[in-house]
Amino acid sequence: MANLIEDLKLDEFKEEVLKAYPKKVARKRAKSIVVNDPDAIPVIQANVRTIPGIITQRGCTYAGCKGVVLGPTRDIVNLTHGPIGCGFYSWLTRRNQTRPATADAPNYMTYCFSTDMQDSNIVFGGEEKLKQAIREAHELFHPKGIAIFSTCPVGLIGDDVHRVARHMKEEFPDCNIFGFSCEGYRGVSQSAGHHIANNGLYKNLIGRNDNYKRKYKYAVNVLGEYNIGGDAFVIEELFDKIGVDLIATMSGNSTLEQFESAHTADFSLVMCHRSINYVAEMLETSFGIPWAKANFIGAEATAKTLRKVGEYFGDQELIDRIEKVIEEEMVPVKAAAEKARKKTEGKTAMLFVGGSRAHHYQELFSELGMETLTAGYEFGHRDDYEGRRVIPTIQVDADSRNIEEITVHPDPTRFKPRKTEEELKQLKEAFDIEFNEYKGLMHDMKKGTLAIDDLSHYEMEKLIEMYKPDIFCAGVKEKYVVQKMGIPLKQLHNYDSGGPYAGFAGAANFYRDIEMISCSTIFKQMKAPWEREEYVEAEYVFN
Amino acid sequence: MLLRHTTAKEIDRKALTINPAKTCQPIGAMYAALGFHGCLPHSHGSQGCCAYHRSALSRHFREPIMAGTSSFSEGSSVFGGQANLVQAIDTMFTVYNPEVIAVHTTCLSETIGDDMLAIISKADEDGCIPKGKSVIYCNTPSYVGTHVTGYSNMVTSFVKNFATATPKKRNVINLVAGWMEPSDMAEIKRLAKVMEARTLMFPDMTGVLDAPLDGHYKMYPKGGTTLEEMKLSGDSKFTIGLGPMTTEAACIQMDNKCKVKFEVIDIPIGFKATDRFLMSLSRHANVPIPEELSDERGQLIDLISDSARHLYGKRVALWGDPDTLVPLTEFLVSMDMKPVYIVSGTASKYFDEKMPVILKDIPEAKFMCGERADMFRMHQWIKQEGVDLLIGNTYGKYIARDEDTPFVRFGFPIADRPGHNYFPKTGYKGAANLLTQMVDAMLDKFDRVCDEEKVEFQM
Repeated sequence: MANLIEDLKLDEFKEEVLKAYPKKVARKRAKSIVVNDPDAIPVIQANVRTIPGIITQRGCTYAGCKGVVLGPTRDIVNLTHGPIGCGFYSWLTRRNQTRPATADAPNYMTYCFSTDMQDSNIVFGGEEKLKQAIREAHELFHPKGIAIFSTCPVGLIGDDVHRVARHMKEEFPDCNIFGFSCEGYRGVSQSAGHHIANNGLYKNLIGRNDNYKRKYKYAVNVLGEYNIGGDAFVIEELFDKIGVDLIATMSGNSTLEQFESAHTADFSLVMCHRSINYVAEMLETSFGIPWAKANFIGAEATAKTLRKVGEYFGDQELIDRIEKVIEEEMVPVKAAAEKARKKTEGKTAMLFVGGSRAHHYQELFSELGMETLTAGYEFGHRDDYEGRRVIPTIQVDADSRNIEEITVHPDPTRFKPRKTEEELKQLKEAFDIEFNEYKGLMHDMKKGTLAIDDLSHYEMEKLIEMYKPDIFCAGVKEKYVVQKMGIPLKQLHNYDSGGPYAGFAGAANFYRDIEMISCSTIFKQMKAPWEREEYVEAEYVFN
Repeated sequence: MLLRHTTAKEIDRKALTINPAKTCQPIGAMYAALGFHGCLPHSHGSQGCCAYHRSALSRHFREPIMAGTSSFSEGSSVFGGQANLVQAIDTMFTVYNPEVIAVHTTCLSETIGDDMLAIISKADEDGCIPKGKSVIYCNTPSYVGTHVTGYSNMVTSFVKNFATATPKKRNVINLVAGWMEPSDMAEIKRLAKVMEARTLMFPDMTGVLDAPLDGHYKMYPKGGTTLEEMKLSGDSKFTIGLGPMTTEAACIQMDNKCKVKFEVIDIPIGFKATDRFLMSLSRHANVPIPEELSDERGQLIDLISDSARHLYGKRVALWGDPDTLVPLTEFLVSMDMKPVYIVSGTASKYFDEKMPVILKDIPEAKFMCGERADMFRMHQWIKQEGVDLLIGNTYGKYIARDEDTPFVRFGFPIADRPGHNYFPKTGYKGAANLLTQMVDAMLDKFDRVCDEEKVEFQM
């Protein structure tokens, strides 16, 4: 396999692709395309402005805040303050599944709420319309919470959504109303929106409910899991099986109450480091809950994560239960892997998504015997590539500086370190639990593979042309481009209506889906018989 | 229930839109620009706008949707987007080599007041626009009008920038296509061809958003109205606009600029609107309507009469854009159905004037367009008294399931079913296609829920 990567000469890509760019653009892009060496991880440029006109995968701050982090919470009315588009495009487009406890429990995720700003609101201000919209939402639905999301013009015309939220909270004391300054232009990608959302969760929700009733002795949070295709359901079931309370999943299949009780957990597991590490840190600083990087994508990764939970609590009964669950769950998973590998072994993949998925899904491909040639994030930071160790060396630029940094102090009454420094150190040494640590994507990628940040359309076309992977993983904007080239694309944002892919059941499901893609014969039919080389047309001799 | 909080009780909403039957201007401009060959649309605003529009169009068409963005940062929002757009133009011509870049604005660049003409001139002065290539623009503030307005504005901009009148008139009829599917455009072109009328359609998404899979990705697929054709459109002898909301402005622009007279008619959905289209084309192109098309019409009438029992008096709720809703409502009424609830988020005089006339014999019909004429309101009406059929975009599936009501997908976006860009809903064939889907949907439900002894072998 190492030979495969060497033979492909991935290092030739950079020079080749940069030729097409204007000089300044080439200089800038050069820093975001690096050949990996896990033993001496090179610096990659990430989380910097996209070059205008380059055709990027990235979206905006609003998308990261409303769409990603707050979108999957079902009992909150998410009200978009702005012209109609932003609310419309983030309406049911992310496949965050949710399962209300009863037939009449609140679920607003199927609804789209907007102030639908008109030109008069832009000229004279939109605060009054926003207030009225909140009154109407309250009258119609009596929700427990209303969150306001700012779109681009809101910040420009000076509407203060936070002031409106305070005002309306006084009018409706039974409803938790809060706002987000997540205007689309604020950051360089969705990532700014994640950060703004994290701050809002901490300020407005976390720590408001001290009365969480546990079912089991131990309790955890899973952060950065958004229940695309039902992933969070699988993880919930796993925790129930091993007998550990899962208090809050942020934010897949979640309710406001889960956020409000998250501070009562003993341990936070961080799935998507990029989108939620801020909350993980705040929970630790404020309440003393340690966090560690975890991964439920891939059967082996899931087993490893569960074992970490057992080791963290150091309870032999729990450890035994976990081992039993792993043993049972692995039987069908191994069978599914074995079956799929006959079709997938030795094939190649490229992954360009998100802020963690391009890393996590390499686990599943490696379980299928497939090689990841190149990978990169759409909105990752250097720490997501190179590991958190580089955080102190990351230069804070103007685009990051304008995102609010909130100072968090230990809670005066509720700060209670779940483990002493000494205990954490011992656990780290004994079991390799990554407390406050994420080693990043490049640590797990082979020598000679490519890491590319914020892949452009041109680079994508060139990658496919030069290296012809067997499967390309990205999102819906890329899907039909890649497939026109005859290469199957697996969407890792929305799973092409598939899933779940998390946990053991999800892994087996993923193997089957990739096997299906590998066995799909339709791409062999792209040429008509008369266009194929072997087809020789007969000619009349007298012509 | 998926929409468990929707009840029959309406309140007088003044500010809150719930479940909109519309979206914003820029996506319409992006869609329209894709109907011109060699065109790369460009969104002058935050990255998210472009990402959202590309995603929405990709989900709907299941085809590549390419467009650039000016990637505004906080700085550009304060100081203006000139530097971003100039760089975008340079990058796109260098890397992606389009014939024309069609820029549309967003609520962000409109609020800060970017002067598009000045920025494009600057790009030209800086040498970022290669010889023979063009950059055009239209203003599409998201807080004015809807996606329909954006479509209209971009089509008008193409006329403004390219249509040229020369002394040499051509015996050609311009067909300005309103917001419809490539399949609908292909069907209209086929009808014109059968009539042997010489026509020039713009925009034209056929061959762009229904491109074949052949192993080669083409950034600029074969189809689309070419810029050469757009230039020639100024020499055509007449223009027919299909859909007032999306084409009237372009027709007026063509008349003002090139003195080409025009007529704006409905998009040919249903037999009456198709009749009017054929008669208009026949009159202006001076060609007869051949027997072949009379036969097609007769086939449709035959099909309707065969299904009449399943159509008569059926109550229908529909939502979408005025240009499609008006002829669709007329089609339903012409089959003795009862379109009782109709909403469009697009404010429209055309809608307000036509609907009362079309629905004059259905006193129970409720219809509304503009702000807060949304799907929540329509669902509330349905809660008050149910319907037999829903016709509209994919967002209707949640109502369809909750109310167990047959559902035919029509409009934008259709994100959950394939084929709409291949099978037309215009012309007699399209009407037959639509009719069949409607009858199928209603009978499928009947066969599923009726008493066992009522299950019939025959229709």
